[in-house]
Amino acid sequence: MTARIVLLHLAVLLLLFALQFIASDYVILTLTRIMVLAVYASGYNLLFGYSGLLSLGHAMFFATGLYAAAIGTTRAGLSVPEAFLAATLIGVVVSSIMGVIVLRARGVGFMIVTLMFSQAAFLTVLYFGDYTRGDEGIVILDTIRIFSFLGRTIDLTDPLLRYNLALALLAILVALILVLVRSRFGHVLVAIRENEDRTAMLGYDVARYKFIAFVISGTLSAVSGATYALMFAYAGSTLASIQYSIHPLLWTLLGGASTTLGPMLGTGVMFLLVDFASGFTNVSLLITGAVLIALVLFFPKGILGSIRQRYLKWLP
Amino acid sequence: MSFLPHLLLAVLEGTVAAAVLALSALGLSLVFGVMRVVNVAHGEFFMLGAMLAWWTAKMMPGGPFAGFIAAFIVAPAAVGALAFLTERLLLRRINYDPEATIVATIGLLFVIQQMALTFFGADAKPVAAPFSYRIVFPWFGYSGYKLFVVVASGAVLLGVWWVLSRTRFGLIMRVTQFDRETATAFGIPVNTVYSVVFVAGAALVAVAAVLIVPIQQAHYLMGLDPLLMSFIVVIIGGLGSIKGSVIAAFMIGMTDGVISVFFSPTLASIISTLAVAFVLVVRPQGLFGAETR
Repeated sequence: MTARIVLLHLAVLLLLFALQFIASDYVILTLTRIMVLAVYASGYNLLFGYSGLLSLGHAMFFATGLYAAAIGTTRAGLSVPEAFLAATLIGVVVSSIMGVIVLRARGVGFMIVTLMFSQAAFLTVLYFGDYTRGDEGIVILDTIRIFSFLGRTIDLTDPLLRYNLALALLAILVALILVLVRSRFGHVLVAIRENEDRTAMLGYDVARYKFIAFVISGTLSAVSGATYALMFAYAGSTLASIQYSIHPLLWTLLGGASTTLGPMLGTGVMFLLVDFASGFTNVSLLITGAVLIALVLFFPKGILGSIRQRYLKWLP
Repeated sequence: MSFLPHLLLAVLEGTVAAAVLALSALGLSLVFGVMRVVNVAHGEFFMLGAMLAWWTAKMMPGGPFAGFIAAFIVAPAAVGALAFLTERLLLRRINYDPEATIVATIGLLFVIQQMALTFFGADAKPVAAPFSYRIVFPWFGYSGYKLFVVVASGAVLLGVWWVLSRTRFGLIMRVTQFDRETATAFGIPVNTVYSVVFVAGAALVAVAAVLIVPIQQAHYLMGLDPLLMSFIVVIIGGLGSIKGSVIAAFMIGMTDGVISVFFSPTLASIISTLAVAFVLVVRPQGLFGAETR
């Protein structure tokens, strides 16, 4: 791995670390959300950008983590770390089961099937309204979110602590993604994206690679969902809706699919855009739609993808 | 009510649901069949059709019947025009790439939804049926209009089948579906065929919406359900096979009707989706689909 790639990623993380000393409370909160959701987008990117599998149903994994954490802490009496761990494990199980089923479909069929299962998951959330409280959602009490871990008291209501925890999670993720996509495994995924049949013919077990990528991607989404629920103390059915399946696609496309930093950048830029526009009127849907169409028509490689194509060939 | 009347009600509801499904999935199936692209904004075309039916009924003097007839002209024309623009300005420019089309039409879905919310508002809008005849059974009365929907949907399906299999234009469509390049080589204007098919698909779903909206209500979020149900139908039936879609619509519609009457509509939707999982595991190309080439 070349030094400048490592340096670039370290620089981005350091910049985020430094921001907390100058940013306002509002910016801190927004950046925390962006970082948590960037984990979701990056997990999505592993499947979409690198393996070429366009899922329209990742909200089901995000919601899996979200509700596992929320129900785990409020009903099952788990502590925050236990709930996080449980949510991750459930994420592995759910994405494995889904992977076995949906990976049987290819191309357009895959997109439709993921969309439908995600909708079934959303309906399931509503159907078990007694546990999930549907639209209204579950609120995790502050008494649960202040806990002791390894002998120290951790207070998840403290914005700066949350910021640094989110940053730590993001740092782990960046390292993981970077190692993954530059490994042999990552190269095989790209080969599958470019030509699945040829990769299979070369002797790679395509189904196994796709399955592993799917499970990692789904689990990262669940991790993001669990973190979101625990940090922001809320799990509601809107976070499981189709819009939340489209968001990571939009963020990834905007930042640049199959770039390591693209999904993060896309998440940030989209938050800025919606924030800026909502100053005038509530049109987040319109912006989402318009940006999607514009990206497809004029800018299919996204921000970092275009920069890589024109100027920085070495960008991972 | 005892069990048998309940069952009769369930079968009636199931038949209506099946007709509604077949009708709303028809446009999607046609477009996918010929053009090999999935229009995710299909459900929003349905919603627009329903909204326009409401708007026409409100604007049109002379009672629900006149409004119904007017909506039959206004809704397909307006939705067809929008589809024409979509095809020219969007799909053609991305060269009908399947993945890009899905992403672009998702964008279109959000834009149309927000527009409908802005212009028509967030409240549900009831539309009166063109006639209010009730069929009286010994145990319950049943809306005559619902049965009319079944008949009308059968007629539309037959009409589309006739065009596809018995007319020269149907032949051209089937040739384009079979092999786009050879069709071009034989002088068939493939781009025009694509335009016509995409507009026809949208107009068909608008007709479906005008027929169906007196049973439901017009609402800016109503498009998602027909979209997902259409997906279920075309996947079970086999992508691109109209015959398969119709048979699948009846299977799903009946199950849906029975489960909705005896248990709950949400459970019915969950079960339909799981049925798709099952079909995919057993037969990935759908029950009546051929292997894609």
